[in-house]
Amino acid sequence: MSKRGSEAIKIALEILVPVALVGAWQLEAMHAHSKKFATPWSALVYFPHVVHNLWPTLERLAAAFALGTLAGVAIGLPLGLSFWARHAAMPHVEFWRNIPPTAVLPVSILLLHSIGDRQKIGFGLFFASFPVLLNTIDAVRGIEPTMVETARSFRVSRRERIRRLVLPAALPQIVAGMRNSLALSLILILVAEYYSSTNGLGYVLLNSKNTFVYRPMWSAILMIGLLGYALNALFLLFERRALGWHRGWRAATPQ
Amino acid sequence: MSASSQVLEIEALGKTYGSGAKAVHAVGSVSFAVADRELVCVVGPSGCGKTTLLKCIAGLLRPTRGRVVLRGKVVTRPPEEMALVFQEYSRSLMPWTSVRNNVLLPLRHKRLARQERNRLVEDALGSVGLARFMDHYPWQLSGGMQQRVAIARALAYQPSVLLMDEPFASVDAQTRSDLEDLVLRVRDEYGVTIVFVTHDIDESVYLSDRIVVLTHSPTEVKEELPVELPFPRDQIATKELPEFAQLRAHVYRQIKRERSAEPATTPVPNTGTGV
Repeated sequence: MSKRGSEAIKIALEILVPVALVGAWQLEAMHAHSKKFATPWSALVYFPHVVHNLWPTLERLAAAFALGTLAGVAIGLPLGLSFWARHAAMPHVEFWRNIPPTAVLPVSILLLHSIGDRQKIGFGLFFASFPVLLNTIDAVRGIEPTMVETARSFRVSRRERIRRLVLPAALPQIVAGMRNSLALSLILILVAEYYSSTNGLGYVLLNSKNTFVYRPMWSAILMIGLLGYALNALFLLFERRALGWHRGWRAATPQ
Repeated sequence: MSASSQVLEIEALGKTYGSGAKAVHAVGSVSFAVADRELVCVVGPSGCGKTTLLKCIAGLLRPTRGRVVLRGKVVTRPPEEMALVFQEYSRSLMPWTSVRNNVLLPLRHKRLARQERNRLVEDALGSVGLARFMDHYPWQLSGGMQQRVAIARALAYQPSVLLMDEPFASVDAQTRSDLEDLVLRVRDEYGVTIVFVTHDIDESVYLSDRIVVLTHSPTEVKEELPVELPFPRDQIATKELPEFAQLRAHVYRQIKRERSAEPATTPVPNTGTGV
């Protein structure tokens, strides 16, 4: 088969399969005559009534993801570089990392003295930082010693070595951590919005259930699904641009 | 030779890893000197601590005993006028950036005008024949070309002493002889003094003004051997000379004798992970 032909089939599958599934859902929901199941079409046309709850969720998600990534790199870098810092910090990292975020959610309201954005973002960023943190530590520890020695022999200062060698070398793993972090952030923010909030998609979901009005819930679920898909696609685009060298290098170098 | 003509003096240098019963004497006591613009090859049986020795000379490792003196100054950290080329080019070059930026790395912290910096990079890449590949990624080039990038990076740094640690051990034979000739050429072009560690005896005879033969670990100098083959050297003509064959055989015997003299219980130190 020609390359173009298989490419066309790939795109067709990517579009046709979801369309078929949504069509099946539509037919099933139309014939079920149940108030609990909205048709995808009715969920879609309801978007305008839900979208004002998308923005607060997006803002919190963006803040938690960005700050979580920053925290992960900022803490992971020194821990990766220093044996003693790692020794001192790792038990604490492992302790918090292994607590399910949902266990900490109620407490976060007390700890952060807030039921507003500060609590939701704080809760999100704390747990979203772990994938980036762990990957940063691992990547920094694994930097090629020959590269560092070469730079040292050229009297490149430690600061410059971190900037020019350690961070770029760690970037592929940091970005892999960020991708996990992004998916995690969405979960964390939605869960946080179940709790004492007045807006956001998580709030829509819970409120819809509590008031027995199901259309907003299905609308929000559809919206969250599309959001997650779009975010992942955007992220892959970013990764391809930022780490183009990595693909080429991996293909060229026997690992 | 008077002491003042020596650029580099290695004085009773020794390196021991660990202490007590577990101590590994990688380098026993090594002394030799290198004159200005001289090319000295260091050869020895495998595992004899050549890389450890070179890292001590480069100021990357602190010797346990003895010292390294560069133009009258004791080396305690990497000196400004020294550059190092490792065997593993693919590990010493940065895969995420261009050949140009790789060569630029050691120049960024030097106080130079931007134009001067660019000129050094272009000249160095030009003299190793890679001017056209400045904007490529290193991994887009062949192994031999990547090692030329590493050499260009060292040259752009404008060292007076160039240390090379088995630089051509991982390239094919044809590329290897090209690179050997390249080293001889840039030695003249840049007027550098070169200490060249190799396990290849032919290579050591072909390149050197002098060969330092090491014993097995704990390493000492077994012999210093002047190589009085005429310059310019030629891969075919030089290697056909009877003197070449004699020198080659002599060095070979020395090392072979070392290998068979090596006590079976001597631990082979892993010099690659010194830092």
